[in-house]
Amino acid sequence: MATAAITADRTNYLNQEYGIKSWLLTTDHKRIALLYLLSITFFFFIGGFFALLIRLELLTPAGDLVQSDTYNKLFTMHGQVMVFFFLIPSIPAVLGNFLVPLMIGARDLAFPRINLLSWYLYIIAGVMMLHCILTGGVDTGWTFYTPFSTAFSNTKVIEAGLAIFVAGFSSILTGLNFVVTIHRMRAPGMTWSRLPLFIWAHYATSIIQLLGTPVLAVTLVLVVLERALHLGIFDPTRGGDPLLFQHLFWFYSHPAVYIMILPSMGVVSEIVPCFCRKRIFGYKFVAMSSIGIAVFGFLVWAHHMFVAGISLYSALIFSILSYMVAVPSAIKVFNWTATMYKGSISFATPMLYAFGFIGLFTMGGLTGLFLAALGIDVHVTDTYFVIAHFHYIMVGGAVMGYLGGMHFWWPKISGRMYPEFWGKLAAMIVFIGFNLTFFPQFVLGYLGMPRRYWQYPPEFQVLNVLSTAGSTILAVGYILPMVYFLWSMRYGKIAEENPWGASGLEWMTSSPPPTFNFDHTPEVTWEAYNYENIPAPEEVAVER
Amino acid sequence: MSDSPIAVEEHNPALRHHFADMEQQRQASSLGMWVFLATEVMFFGGMFCAYLIYRYWYYNEFAAGSRSLDIWLGTINTAVLICSSLTVALGVRAAQMGKRKLLVILLLLTIVFGLAFLGIKGVEWYTKFQEHHIPGSSFNVDDLIKEYPQIRIDPSHQQIFFSLYFAMTGLHALHMIIGVGIFAVLTFYAWKSLYTPEYHTPIELAGLYWHFVDIIWIYLFPLLYLIDRKPLK
Repeated sequence: MATAAITADRTNYLNQEYGIKSWLLTTDHKRIALLYLLSITFFFFIGGFFALLIRLELLTPAGDLVQSDTYNKLFTMHGQVMVFFFLIPSIPAVLGNFLVPLMIGARDLAFPRINLLSWYLYIIAGVMMLHCILTGGVDTGWTFYTPFSTAFSNTKVIEAGLAIFVAGFSSILTGLNFVVTIHRMRAPGMTWSRLPLFIWAHYATSIIQLLGTPVLAVTLVLVVLERALHLGIFDPTRGGDPLLFQHLFWFYSHPAVYIMILPSMGVVSEIVPCFCRKRIFGYKFVAMSSIGIAVFGFLVWAHHMFVAGISLYSALIFSILSYMVAVPSAIKVFNWTATMYKGSISFATPMLYAFGFIGLFTMGGLTGLFLAALGIDVHVTDTYFVIAHFHYIMVGGAVMGYLGGMHFWWPKISGRMYPEFWGKLAAMIVFIGFNLTFFPQFVLGYLGMPRRYWQYPPEFQVLNVLSTAGSTILAVGYILPMVYFLWSMRYGKIAEENPWGASGLEWMTSSPPPTFNFDHTPEVTWEAYNYENIPAPEEVAVER
Repeated sequence: MSDSPIAVEEHNPALRHHFADMEQQRQASSLGMWVFLATEVMFFGGMFCAYLIYRYWYYNEFAAGSRSLDIWLGTINTAVLICSSLTVALGVRAAQMGKRKLLVILLLLTIVFGLAFLGIKGVEWYTKFQEHHIPGSSFNVDDLIKEYPQIRIDPSHQQIFFSLYFAMTGLHALHMIIGVGIFAVLTFYAWKSLYTPEYHTPIELAGLYWHFVDIIWIYLFPLLYLIDRKPLK
């Protein structure tokens, strides 16, 4: 407390202790969240660098920047880094780590040391991945399809596989911590029906992490064993079945899409009521739709294999089940829209991202229905249509939600406000850049441009140039927030306890919060999102 | 932690700062272990799934491979593991009653049983190594083909059986080794009188883990050793 010489501030989690040791050995969930923030941002820019190289190569029809071997490595490592080292840990490990205990009125996660362990596992996996990238990389595609990965590829498959195996355990431990924390650490009066929807979304996400990730782990073990010791479980020349690999791989990797999107939906469910000054429409439906997505998400994996030789009857069933995921997803979109109806909407930066999320996720979701239809899927499988579809979900959905959440909770995390003008500008740039990058890819795919090729017929060039132009705009949109977030840590306006006039326990403690989150364990006597009882702050312009 | 503004009612030294009381801490730890075991079920589940499919496709080779395993060593190992589960269960009881000496003895017995299992498993693997039944370039099943002329054996399919045999028992043995390590640490702490009737959660949780590893073997034994033991016509 003696250090607070300039401002008469109280101690918080940032200034309680100083020095590198106090960070690397911390068990405070808020500090671990910041450690994760730094590390996933690092990997985001590595993955983004590969993406820009891919787009640069595709600027011209000929293979001029890189040749096919290098190109194969570029899209493989772009996928692996972005999926396993950025998207999956993004919201849960950063915002979830920071907010889950705060939102339910707990002092920390149930297992603080396991939380730190999960970060160290992530770092070990990250170092292995970096070493793999720097010493040659992998060219199997992020999907590790056998028998190419086990018998033919002469790149560093084993090292990449083990890196992702370790990263998987980091993800499992985060999910385990969340489930136990949400069950056992809620403050008095914080019943299940009073939980913020962010918590429900993270609960559903954790279930997927817990039940899906181990299957990926054991599949990668088998791939590594097959490559190293010639076990032959997936190798058709030895009686194995490559389709079995695809089943096991997608049993995790399809639900993994929901690991990425569900937390984003949780973020949007917090932002929309706050900037509409209304209780969320249909709380229980939004909460249960998260669980519904988690459950249905486990039953649709074979829609990635419609052209891989599965039987027509199982394809039919997986097609119908894939359509059913649209129901809980649509419930969410309709309920956010209904929340806005007759609300006092203010267009602050987090709300712009939430709008972006709703629009882009709807696009991504609807094109997902195209792909769930057996006939259309045969036409567009392995084309840019699929690429555009899942980037609308993962980048348009998950990353938009992540950025929206970072802006929304930045005052709580750092104790400072970011510059609102630059925030809005960056949100616009991201939205425009994103659509310019990926909308042309829908058209390209429908016209028949296949994915994973380093050159293409000249008639596709105009659309590819548009896409590459969009990706540079998108890059500017991603770099801007990083710059002004760093700027605001020193020069930003000091944030109040509750700058947005938001509901939720995390806004009832100081910004940034003290190490133990609350001075007294809060007692909850009100329902979630009781915006009729919270006055809107004056700074946020309320436009009708 | 000393300047924590939160008043802590109980002063059990084992109570971590972020829990309200011992009961909440015990329940959280216990739920954590159950959730972890659920992930373990899925972890082994992938291999059981592969086993199911290949046993359905390559029944002859799976039956022949199963016959080549030593049923007596397998049975003895099953008995050894069940005994070790008994000593763990009794150990948890001893911890609840606060009987330190008994607890240490029971934990040591568990370790001995665990090591005995691993030793017998090692002997079995070594025999397989001598018989060239380890998948890889020196894999050879001419002995099985000669022994069972009545059934058609495809060597590559036979190799899948042994691949799964080594992958599944290997993963199980890895869990056993980790378990023995955990019990070694717990025995040390028990000897140092760390556990009391109020606080002995680690013993309970390690016990849960050990029972889980035991159950995996209870499934592996019939699936690998007892596929078809009827005399061939």
